[in-house]
Amino acid sequence: MSASQRPALVAARRVLARKGAFMAASFLALMAIVAFLAPWILPGDPLTQNLRHALEPPSAAFWFGADELGRDILTRVVYGARTSLVTAMGAVTIAGLIGVPIGLVAGFYGGWRDAVLMRLVDVILALPGILFAMALIAVIGRSQLAALVAVGITGIPSFARITRAQVLSLRRRDFVIAVDALGGSASHLMFKTILPNSWSPILVQVVILAAVAILLEAALAFLGVGIPPPTPSWGEMLRTGKSYLYEAPYYAVLPGLVLTLTILSLDTLGRTLATVLEHRQGSTGEPEPEGQRL
Amino acid sequence: MAEPLLSIRGLEVTFRGAGRPVPAVRGIDLDVAADEVLGIVGESGSGKSVTSLAMTGLLPGTAEVRGSIRIGGVEVTGAAPEVLRHMRGRDVGMIFQDPTTSLNPVLPIGRQVTEGQVAHGLLRTAEAPGRAVELLAEVDIPDPAGRALQFPHQFSGGMRQRAVIAMAMAGRPRLIIADEPTTALDVTVQAQVLALLRRRQAATGAAVILITHDLGVIAETADRVAVMYAGKIVEAAPVAEIFARPRHPYTVGLLKSLPRLDQEARRLVPIQGQPPTPGAIPSGCSFHPRCPIGAARERCRSEEPVLRAAGPSGVAACHFTHEVEALLAATPEANAAVSTPRAAPAEPLLVVDGLRVHFPIRRGLLRRQTGLVRAVDGVSLEVRAGETLGLVGESGCGKTTTGRAIMGLIKASGGSITFAGQDITRLDAAGLRAVRRHVQYVFQDPYASLNPIRTVEEIVAEPLHIHGVYDAMGGAGRVARLFDLVGLSRTMLGRYPREFSGGQRQRVGIARALALEPRLLILDEPVAALDVSIQAQTVNLLMDLQAELGLAYLFIAHDLSVVRHISDRVAVMYLGRIVEEGTRDELYARPVHPYTQSLLSAVPVPEPGVSGRRIVLEGDIPNPASPPSGCAFHPRCYRATARCAEEAPAFVPYPGLATRVACHHAGPLTADELPAAPAANEALA
Repeated sequence: MSASQRPALVAARRVLARKGAFMAASFLALMAIVAFLAPWILPGDPLTQNLRHALEPPSAAFWFGADELGRDILTRVVYGARTSLVTAMGAVTIAGLIGVPIGLVAGFYGGWRDAVLMRLVDVILALPGILFAMALIAVIGRSQLAALVAVGITGIPSFARITRAQVLSLRRRDFVIAVDALGGSASHLMFKTILPNSWSPILVQVVILAAVAILLEAALAFLGVGIPPPTPSWGEMLRTGKSYLYEAPYYAVLPGLVLTLTILSLDTLGRTLATVLEHRQGSTGEPEPEGQRL
Repeated sequence: MAEPLLSIRGLEVTFRGAGRPVPAVRGIDLDVAADEVLGIVGESGSGKSVTSLAMTGLLPGTAEVRGSIRIGGVEVTGAAPEVLRHMRGRDVGMIFQDPTTSLNPVLPIGRQVTEGQVAHGLLRTAEAPGRAVELLAEVDIPDPAGRALQFPHQFSGGMRQRAVIAMAMAGRPRLIIADEPTTALDVTVQAQVLALLRRRQAATGAAVILITHDLGVIAETADRVAVMYAGKIVEAAPVAEIFARPRHPYTVGLLKSLPRLDQEARRLVPIQGQPPTPGAIPSGCSFHPRCPIGAARERCRSEEPVLRAAGPSGVAACHFTHEVEALLAATPEANAAVSTPRAAPAEPLLVVDGLRVHFPIRRGLLRRQTGLVRAVDGVSLEVRAGETLGLVGESGCGKTTTGRAIMGLIKASGGSITFAGQDITRLDAAGLRAVRRHVQYVFQDPYASLNPIRTVEEIVAEPLHIHGVYDAMGGAGRVARLFDLVGLSRTMLGRYPREFSGGQRQRVGIARALALEPRLLILDEPVAALDVSIQAQTVNLLMDLQAELGLAYLFIAHDLSVVRHISDRVAVMYLGRIVEEGTRDELYARPVHPYTQSLLSAVPVPEPGVSGRRIVLEGDIPNPASPPSGCAFHPRCYRATARCAEEAPAFVPYPGLATRVACHHAGPLTADELPAAPAANEALA
């Protein structure tokens, strides 16, 4: 038996033991590393134009060809990953930092705090993500920040609701009442006892929202209201690439493929996390084999 | 002896999950004849439930079954699903532990009872409703025609279990497998259900396999007993023989670790150590590490004993059967700390006066209050320094709510709680926090009361951190000493709760409660979730700690035997009120409230043939949202008069005894109030 390992480590190992999740996590880790180290590992610059090479097919110089302004598509896809990554992380941070405390307070205290906070959350929930983002962009202009904030705000309800549900079920558990009986303060109960036991579904939500954020950012860029050019973005590349679908089919293929794989990986990881963590929660009891406590 | 109805030979069940294969049943032979009740006893993990599931082919796909199980001449292991289905409907009926989950919540009871018969084509759909009413009448359900149309949620626990019995018996099966059929029921309801099961068994002549951990239930119901340990049968014998002269050290251990109502208080003799998990069964005799005979013997360590004839008609698997008798006679060390009523100190530590806890029932969109659940409705009690007050009652009587209200976890609606001379009901948060240092709580379920993501060291240190006294009270050294105090090894400090067994977790819970050097512990069913042998260890630990640290205990429990064992004084609760309170010896020897009398008489005694005369209470505990008028007990009471329905009795001293009682007709039980003959035998005739 794995003696005395942190439950989080045990869960992580169990997630990575599954082939699909392992491949997804590897792909995402590779993407993150390449995006982060791009200036040091890539020879070119994503903004350097060279019109003589415009729409050049893949070659030794341009592995995935060049775009209509002669920029290296591979370089732009890698830098585009940075855009996606920043949007995803920013949106998740905003949604988590606002949504989790809302759910925590609403679930813990109940009563009028619960009613007020959750109605507020319902209002946000009623906003369609992409329309809200476009409205926000109309007000503050096209920028990465707008997309990030828009996704972040529309992500608040899911975090608030998931956290609140966790708090409500944990609040009645004996080990939480035990800390209450010891004289633990409300903040001790919320942040040291309940929250550390609520990470599983929140973590799953982080992964899901990251996928949503990346997709929404790409959608906004595809519609032409996303991050302004020339900053590379997958959605923007798809948008321009589709105009050259006949002359240069490779143009749109690589960004599209990377986008698809990223979303697929996040989705796989999220689903595996949910399965494994749920299973772990169900068996917080004995480390017994099944069939023993029938 | 006739051809056995059920015959098991060399049954082995192994679970093949993700890790190593886990043997749950390791080769058992068993015969059950028609019209026989076989009791299977064992602690959790002994393989008794797995055996019963194997008999009906209900094991999950990860289980690998070897050996032979024949029911009425038909082989069950490896049988086709169609054969099994046929067998389950006609030859075998099953009764499960929890009647709340074994009934389908969306089907009327009547339809469920006959569902199997109809599905097997044994009953025409048109005849089913009439047959359902008949079946419900056979299990003593009042107004069977009306009840057949109701849904499970409209039935009480005891009624549901009767419906399950009706369902299991519907096809007149030749074999009934009852897996802990009364464990989820209260003691007065358990008595009804056991009497019913026995009566229906006698009427149909079916063979019954009764699986339970409760030796009292076995003594009362079974004809023959098989004791299981670590996936094997270690002893089997007729019931009278096994209780009088057990031939296996484990059986002796079980009997000696049981607190009993029918014996003078003595120190319990627990079986040392923990039961093995199926993944790690000791070599040789699987019981040897815990055995007083075999622990030091090479033969027990290396050679696995086989079942051999022992006694007139029993079998036992022990190399040294002849030494077992001496073991049974051996008395524990003389200096044992038996709880004796102490001279009462002048100052009570905790005084609860007229405590009321009412929960509003809110309904509808506007959450308007439509009613009131009187969970605790005027409870008065006192706990003095260094003494144990036992608070007994059936589920739903408000004993846990009382404990939590004293702890300040639930707000009291009325009355006062005074701790060490200070009224704590009106304290603010900071004041309450200070009091909580001196009052600590131990929970029933050791699996749920420890934070799963903290190490046990962090869990035990948590109260010290919360009150900011971690360093002042000795920090890590203090935590290590607490581990010593409750008998846990210091090497376990860095482990997580999931790595501990139930008994060990309860020790962690006790260590946490002791961390702040409290003066009063509220123990809420602290041993109810533990196996018999572990329960005895924990009870002894609690009594030693009390003697050593001078603690006062409020011991909340439903088990009258354990309460008698540990308490100095006992209070009996019914529907939110205390109906009788007195010193332990007086209350158990001369109960004067009819409820106390029937509770005591309903407890199954682990002595075959002893408990014949018994008051079996009618009906169930009423809903505390709509308690009966007057005395809440009057609808079930055998002394009730018109006055009881109108006027609630006051809680007053009973003349001649140190007992206080709330009853218009209090008085010792008279001979003509006991049923003339044992209920079960009456039905047999």
